[in-house]
Amino acid sequence: MENWVEIGNLSDIPLRGARCVKTPLGRIAVFRTAADEVYAIEDRCPHKGGPLSQGIVHGAAVTCPLHNWVLSLETGRALGADEGAVRTFVLKCEGGKLFLDMASAAALAAD
Amino acid sequence: MTGKQKLIVIGNGMAGCRAVEELLARTPGLYDIEIYGAEPEVNYNRIMLSPVLAGETSFDEIVINGYDWYEENGITLRSGEEVVGIDRAARMIATGKGRRVSYDRLLIATGSLPFILPVPGATLDGVIAFRDIADVRRMIETSKSGGRAVVIGGGLLGLEAANGLRTLGMDVTVIHLVDTLMERQLDEAAGFLLRRELESRGIEVITGASTEEILGTERVEAVRLKDGRVIATDLVVMAAGIRPNVALARDAGLACNRGIVVDDHMRTSDPSILAVGECVEHAGQVYGLVAPIWEMCRAVGDTLAERQGEGYRGSVVSTKLKVTGVNVFSAGDFATGDDREDIVFRDAARGVYKRLIVAGDRLIGAVLYGDTEDGSWYFNLLREGGSIADARETLIFGPAFAGGAAADPNAAVAALPDTSEICGCNGVCKGTIVSAIADKNLTTLDGVRAHTKASASCGSCTGLVERLLVLTLGDGYNPAAVTPVCGCTDLGHDEVRRLIKAKELKSIQAVMQELEWKTSCGCAKCRPALNYYLVCDWPDEYADDYQSRFVNERVHANIQKDGTYSVVPRMWGGMTSASELRAIADVVDKFGIPAVKVTGGQRIDMLGIRKEDLPAVWADLGQAGFVSGHAYAKGLRTVKTCVGSDWCRFGTQDSTGFGIRLEKFMWGSWTPAKVKLAVSGCPRNCAEATCKDVGVICVDSGYEIHFAGAAGLDIKGTEKLGLVHTEDEALEHIVALVQMYREQARYLERIYKWAKRVGYDEIRRQIMDDAERRRSLFARFVFSQKFAQVDPWSERVSGKDKHEFRPLAEIGVSQAAE
Ligand code: SRM
Ligand SMILES: Cc1cc2nc3c(=O)[nH]c(=O)nc-3n(C[C@H](O)[C@H](O)[C@H](O)COP(=O)(O)OP(=O)(O)OC[C@H]3O[C@@H](n4cnc5c(N)ncnc54)[C@H](O)[C@@H]3O)c2cc1C
Ligand code: SF4
Ligand code: FES
Repeated sequence: MENWVEIGNLSDIPLRGARCVKTPLGRIAVFRTAADEVYAIEDRCPHKGGPLSQGIVHGAAVTCPLHNWVLSLETGRALGADEGAVRTFVLKCEGGKLFLDMASAAALAAD
Repeated sequence: MTGKQKLIVIGNGMAGCRAVEELLARTPGLYDIEIYGAEPEVNYNRIMLSPVLAGETSFDEIVINGYDWYEENGITLRSGEEVVGIDRAARMIATGKGRRVSYDRLLIATGSLPFILPVPGATLDGVIAFRDIADVRRMIETSKSGGRAVVIGGGLLGLEAANGLRTLGMDVTVIHLVDTLMERQLDEAAGFLLRRELESRGIEVITGASTEEILGTERVEAVRLKDGRVIATDLVVMAAGIRPNVALARDAGLACNRGIVVDDHMRTSDPSILAVGECVEHAGQVYGLVAPIWEMCRAVGDTLAERQGEGYRGSVVSTKLKVTGVNVFSAGDFATGDDREDIVFRDAARGVYKRLIVAGDRLIGAVLYGDTEDGSWYFNLLREGGSIADARETLIFGPAFAGGAAADPNAAVAALPDTSEICGCNGVCKGTIVSAIADKNLTTLDGVRAHTKASASCGSCTGLVERLLVLTLGDGYNPAAVTPVCGCTDLGHDEVRRLIKAKELKSIQAVMQELEWKTSCGCAKCRPALNYYLVCDWPDEYADDYQSRFVNERVHANIQKDGTYSVVPRMWGGMTSASELRAIADVVDKFGIPAVKVTGGQRIDMLGIRKEDLPAVWADLGQAGFVSGHAYAKGLRTVKTCVGSDWCRFGTQDSTGFGIRLEKFMWGSWTPAKVKLAVSGCPRNCAEATCKDVGVICVDSGYEIHFAGAAGLDIKGTEKLGLVHTEDEALEHIVALVQMYREQARYLERIYKWAKRVGYDEIRRQIMDDAERRRSLFARFVFSQKFAQVDPWSERVSGKDKHEFRPLAEIGVSQAAE
């Protein structure tokens, strides 16, 4: 069962930008790419916990603001030579509104 | 009665009539056919309404089936008669003219309805959609008295409407909700090119804008946007999207989601009722283009003819914009992702941008701008879904180079005929370059440039010229060791800076297009660099792109290891006062700031502030007169001073006063890397001026200016620039030096590295000896400060970039647990 929670409008996120959502399961970073794709991943860099929602967004990736790791928004994996991953969450955009599936978040948090 | 079955078709549009054509092609005699159409017209080609609006063709020429077709095929046409109800139990339809007719089979082809934004004023006279010929006639009528038009929606329809209205002589403004035009079909780069083209045709484009209200008493008079802007207008065209027209079907109890649900044979939930066209939903998809409709019509033709066909299996769609002179093509999926790879080709001279998206060894998307000739070829590859592994290297060159053997990227260039033009700027073709290389024994790019001029102007064909060097010389060619800005380009920083000026490139997209960037939107290395170059070169024209700045410069504070921020206000020249210190103390208490430290730059750092608190902290600091210290910026940081002649027994000049003057003159300016200054009152040098980017040692006879020092990663004493006699002169020389650095250095290059590269003597010559040059550098700095000297903190206290400081949402425990 999905549990879609509305978190705001697509237009609240700048193009090539990100915002964060505070949840009981931790901070989730929500991204909007140049191609207007949206992604949600854990807002904690696998390196040393940097807030990924503050990084520079390019393609479907973000560069961590603390030490420049580059993470894929699709898979949550670190790209290039670095190794590590963050969780990804299910997000959808309908009629300009964004919905986060908290059930997917909870399931991920549980495992 | 004929004894035939009765087929009623609702909708005399593209799908309804095509379905009947398909049926007639299979079995002509099966039904008595009656077609109802709400529009008082015969069957016409809706997609050609755009050329009709633009005056390129007429209604008569876009008729698909005229009255004779209905007659010849024994079809009863009831045009201008709307069907208002379906009685499934009685198998009858009812029309707006009170007619009730029974059917054996019913085909619903009611198309879509334009989506009218539910804003106040949407029903005013002069607000129209762009869906049928009546709309077009109304637009043409309105345009006769000239005036202004606003088109809401920058998608395919909206832009075709805008172009048509512009051709009819109206002043047109397009309002689009998101930042990229046609964002569903185009990526940002192509959207940018399209926007530039439309703007050059005199169409105003406002993106990222949402319509709040349409103003007017009887007729429309203006449109008001959410941000408060009001745009006067005589006509509003709503092109904000379409919705499948399902009301009739839904009222009749047929299964509907977004569209009328049909199976592969176009059957609805009632087996005697079929549906086709934009009003249907097949496998969860609804379509807004004709190609899928033609495929659906083949399936419905089989079903009506009672033949077992393959059925409809869904469609991959491609789009072309029908604006004369603008070639845009897009197909498939063009989102980025790391299971995908982009192949990008840009030809600035011809205004061409092509991007192919490959996943594994399959082509999954294509965006073409400028040259769309190969669109259908790519579309075929995409639909067939076969492996493109063999052709991958040359895929971007299109079918001409897609031959089996051409796996080597040089092969495509080798295959070009001698007459093909390589350098568009100077009109140099391949043969000329190849023979120059051979005849004159050229071995370098510079050699080719000197002898043929190829790639000597805009430089965008550099890659091709290098390929020709490789082809002609083989291993004998050793490409010059320019380090590219990043993986997104082959050009180095200097080349990029030169071209930004030479070609007057004024946006990041323009740079990426003209200089043929290999990625669609750059990376975290090149974007901040380009943003700086543009800020520096076009201070009054360039709109700073915050998304291309590192977080510190975006939120005007320094990010800390735990994600909190530190805040360092300016203390001009290191001077402070009891009231300033008191204000800082109060802020520290009020916000529970965990650490306060005196920095190495003679000021106070408050560390560990939560991001959400930043605007409130700044508001309080602002009250006390503080502005941002830019401790986070590639910009002017601190100007350290010593107490100087005011107090010190050795002081020769007012070093504190001059330091403050410098800081007040130069704060806010963006620079390639950080810039730190210091002014010492005598050669004892208590302000450590001889290890700064620029330092001043005051002496009895005046001011000794030093530059190019460092005391961080590298330690380096300064070089002497020269001695000047007055404070004013010292200011002019220092500012000119910094401006020279701003204009020439590579992003992230400190002054000491830049100076070593260009030569200390050269800098001395330009700043000390060439008064004219010095003054013009000074003037350019002063001009750019007009736009840069805005305190970023007070801007944000007044609400700028609010989104940066708040979470998008907070989800409570109960919501999360539901
Ligand atoms: C706060 C401060 C240390 C302190 O507690 O005193 C400091 C703190 C940082 N310095 Fe520094 N530097 C500070 C004075 C200096 C000085 C001394 C000076 O300015 O007189 C130097 C040597 C002088 C110089 O720049 O040549 C200095 C050389 C560096 C360097 C090496 C730069 C280089 O090109 O060699 C870095 C790294 C960099 O910029 O890439 C750096 C980077 C940093 C950063 C910004 C690291 C970072 O990227 O996050 C630190 C930010 C901490 C924060 O959030 O506040 N800091 N840093 C000083 C702030 C001065 C101010 O009021 O603005
Ligand atoms: C200006 C414009 C440009 C376009 N350009 C392109 C393009 O370049 N490429 C492309 O692929 N597509 C384009 N399209 C989209 C394309 O025209 C549609 O996909 C296509 O027309 C859909 O066909 P349809 O038969 O489903 O709907 P329609 O063609 O809209 O036909 C539906 C008909 O049903 C009638 N109707 C509705 N309800 C009733 C009722 N209750 N009783 C009787 N009649 C009723 C309507 O009046 C209408 O005539 C364009 C559309 C427009 C408006
Ligand atoms: S010296 Fe290193 S640890 Fe200390 S403030 Fe500077 S960058 Fe940070
Ligand atoms: S915490 Fe993200 S790169 Fe170090």
